[in-house]
Amino acid sequence: MHSISSVKHPASSGEATLRVVFVGHVDHGKSTLIGRILSDTNSLPEGKLEQVQRACAAENMEFEFAFLLDALLEEQEQNITIDTTQIPFKTAKRNYMIIDAPGHKEFLKNMITGASSADAAVLVIAANEGVQEQSKRHAYLLSLLGVRQFCVVVNKMDLADYSEARFLEIEKKYRVFLKTLNLETDVFIPASARFGENITARSTKMKWHHGPTLAEALDAMTPMAPPTDLPLRFCVQDVYKFDDRRIIAGRIETGMLQVGDELVFSPANKTSIVQSIEHWPVIPSAVEGSRGASFKISHRDPSTPIGMTGVAGGSIGITLHEQIFVERGYVASHSKDAPIETNRFHADLFWIARQPARLSHLYTVRLATQEVKCQIVSLDEVMDSSSLERNPTKADQLARNEVGRLTIQTRAPIVLDNHDRLPPLGRFVLVDDGMICGGGIVYDGVYTDRGAIKSKNIFWSEGKITAQARSAQHGHRGAVVWLTGLSGSGKSTIAQALERELFIRAMHPYVLDGDNIRHGLNSNLGFAPEDRVENIRRVSEVAKLMADAGNVVITAFISPYRADRQRARSIAMEGNAEFIEVFVDAPLEVCEERDPKNLYKKARAGEIREFTGIDAPYELPVDPEIVVQTNQQSVDESVASILERLLPRLK
Amino acid sequence: MTTRTHLDRLENQSVFIFREAYHAFKNIAMPWSMGKDSNVLIWLASKAFFGRVPFPVLHIDTTYEFPEMLEFREWATAHYKLNLIVKINEEARGRGVGYETHDPVTVTHELKTVALQQAMAQYKWDALITGIRRDEDPTRAKERYFSRRNAQFEWDYKDQPPEFWGQFATTAANGEHVRVQPLLDWTEVDIWRYIQRENIPIPKMYFARNGQRYRSLGCRPITKPITSNADTIEAVIAELETTRTSERAGRAQDHHERNAMQKLRAKGFL
Repeated sequence: MHSISSVKHPASSGEATLRVVFVGHVDHGKSTLIGRILSDTNSLPEGKLEQVQRACAAENMEFEFAFLLDALLEEQEQNITIDTTQIPFKTAKRNYMIIDAPGHKEFLKNMITGASSADAAVLVIAANEGVQEQSKRHAYLLSLLGVRQFCVVVNKMDLADYSEARFLEIEKKYRVFLKTLNLETDVFIPASARFGENITARSTKMKWHHGPTLAEALDAMTPMAPPTDLPLRFCVQDVYKFDDRRIIAGRIETGMLQVGDELVFSPANKTSIVQSIEHWPVIPSAVEGSRGASFKISHRDPSTPIGMTGVAGGSIGITLHEQIFVERGYVASHSKDAPIETNRFHADLFWIARQPARLSHLYTVRLATQEVKCQIVSLDEVMDSSSLERNPTKADQLARNEVGRLTIQTRAPIVLDNHDRLPPLGRFVLVDDGMICGGGIVYDGVYTDRGAIKSKNIFWSEGKITAQARSAQHGHRGAVVWLTGLSGSGKSTIAQALERELFIRAMHPYVLDGDNIRHGLNSNLGFAPEDRVENIRRVSEVAKLMADAGNVVITAFISPYRADRQRARSIAMEGNAEFIEVFVDAPLEVCEERDPKNLYKKARAGEIREFTGIDAPYELPVDPEIVVQTNQQSVDESVASILERLLPRLK
Repeated sequence: MTTRTHLDRLENQSVFIFREAYHAFKNIAMPWSMGKDSNVLIWLASKAFFGRVPFPVLHIDTTYEFPEMLEFREWATAHYKLNLIVKINEEARGRGVGYETHDPVTVTHELKTVALQQAMAQYKWDALITGIRRDEDPTRAKERYFSRRNAQFEWDYKDQPPEFWGQFATTAANGEHVRVQPLLDWTEVDIWRYIQRENIPIPKMYFARNGQRYRSLGCRPITKPITSNADTIEAVIAELETTRTSERAGRAQDHHERNAMQKLRAKGFL
């Protein structure tokens, strides 16, 4: 079998292709309609029509336009479309990509796959059968998927004697239904795909129809414009460090950004200024046109220099002035019009997995590039997606093909928008065991509630609590982050900043330092050499236990002796905890000048003996996991570089 | 604000998919045939990763390659600084499998699909980035951006995972792999217009010499040129705007028997 879909009749270059999905109840004639359009717009491969006609004649079958489409063997056998197909065709005005979505309920996930990428939809209703279950379900799903531009073809008018009364009856009934979805269209087309009535040519059998033919209706539609007029949402896919650049790569879902803009990254709430937008091939700084078409950036504000702007739809990469910590999942916005940050939200969820959605089951929510564990904590209403009646429910699960109104709680903060305000950040999927099981849209989120996040996640498990179970519940492994460095090098400051960073990620950090150890556990120890050794030993043991309990323990002690640090490492390893030694490095002069507790002054004055750096040695770490230089890096930068190394090891 | 063009939309989507794949899979490779689509892939990867292709590219060398293609391979490998892996199914060649003695479906299966399986067994990639397009063939039309293959390389096209809102099925069980297909939405003429816009280097065989040119490139014995005087990109595009024959019509293995392409693909052909 040759390609039926390989015809390209490109319209003028640059004119955007319109992606249009055909949906409707099974047997209402979608495939016939598509076959007819391909044929009537001369979009079929040479000889295809004749070939299929010959094949039908040979088999003593009546030729049907649908045969042109049903490309896979199984479909010819079952006579239903089992998966989304995409077929190009062309009118005088522009190129089209037809998405043929299966009508059978069994294949709803395929219909969603096809329809979600559409600019526009054609809803097909057979005149003889009228509005059926799938006619409604599909319209509802289109509204959930965000396809708002559509027309309705009342097909098979030949089976209804081309009756205007029948057409008006169906139109009236369907309009009422569409209104309940807040969907609206003026375009209802009485048609017969089989006989080519009102498809590309105006029907002579239905002169009472004064509206457009299907081809005219399609030509009047417009490709979905990328929403540049909405607030900026730049969703980070990855951070690349292939060379000396640190490029934050991602897609601008809505809005636009420019070099020099201050961006807020949620959920960390850190800000930085866009230093550059990176391009390959490198854009010559010369005026546009010097290298001709090959380097043309075609979507930009003409008032800004070339390559300095990114707009909605763009997959871009930026560098920042300040090296704040950024990772996949972060959403950049401008400080005005920031998204919602929450760990609890309301949604309408459609379910497509065989296994029902269950309360309290642990799912993963994926929203843009974020991925967070979550549970459905309440299921309030279940909607019958054909009658669209919402029924309060006491059920604790949502079956396949049902739509539920529910509340989701996440284990770490998630960044989102209400779907009606900003669709790309207002929709999500739930994933179970690597499979996408359902999709949902967010409603009723409160924008002013930012930052007020309380976690009340409860998880149960049975039997002995293993390290794996602990880390599964905590979402990370336990670890000891051992900060070492001179007094005044910045250990405590960094420890606290790091603790805060981990905490807002819904992790379980805890800082052990002189203040909370010396006053209690080690109150019987002085500063004699053997007491110092014992001090560090006890700290090491406590850190091990806390790491075993699943915490990320951050210790902030000078710990000047290699042997002590080595023993701390061994103790942690005994407890199977990650041990990460961080050398907080600053020159002695700098530490002495900072002298936050006036200890250097006292040591110089001889009031304190054996003070590290003055009259006691500091043994430099030999091979620490991380070095931060606090005389060159800000606290944020130091913490960012620790996070970059630390977070991957906690997964 | 100027509106985005059709090619911008395609480019942005492909770059997005490249980055999703690079994030999702630790051990990834990109088959590279040196054909026009393959070179567009290299170009898009370079865009996605700012001037580098951060994973190996794999050439399945059937030993029936056109010499011009091998020359191009050498040039492009140096030009893009590619980490090139060349794989030949030595075992099948040793058994005498070849176009001289066997039918094209068998040879293509042995020298391409089985060679790929051998490379997969050796390198244990969990994802392959391919250049297939929906408009090439009806079976490809039903593909997903992220399309799973089982350990036997089989594609379960009857039960494909849903894919919407930029969310993909990015997991592969042990022994399985995922085909990542960033060019799925492109058409043949999109590819040419993009090559034109971006000045992407491609082998000269796509352009007419002595009244003939290749529209699709495969193994020497089974790839036939078409009659054409299109010796520039502009001329090729003009030709495609009026043609109604399919791109792969010159590729014998597709047409050897009814549904040959479907059979090849169900068995793991790209």
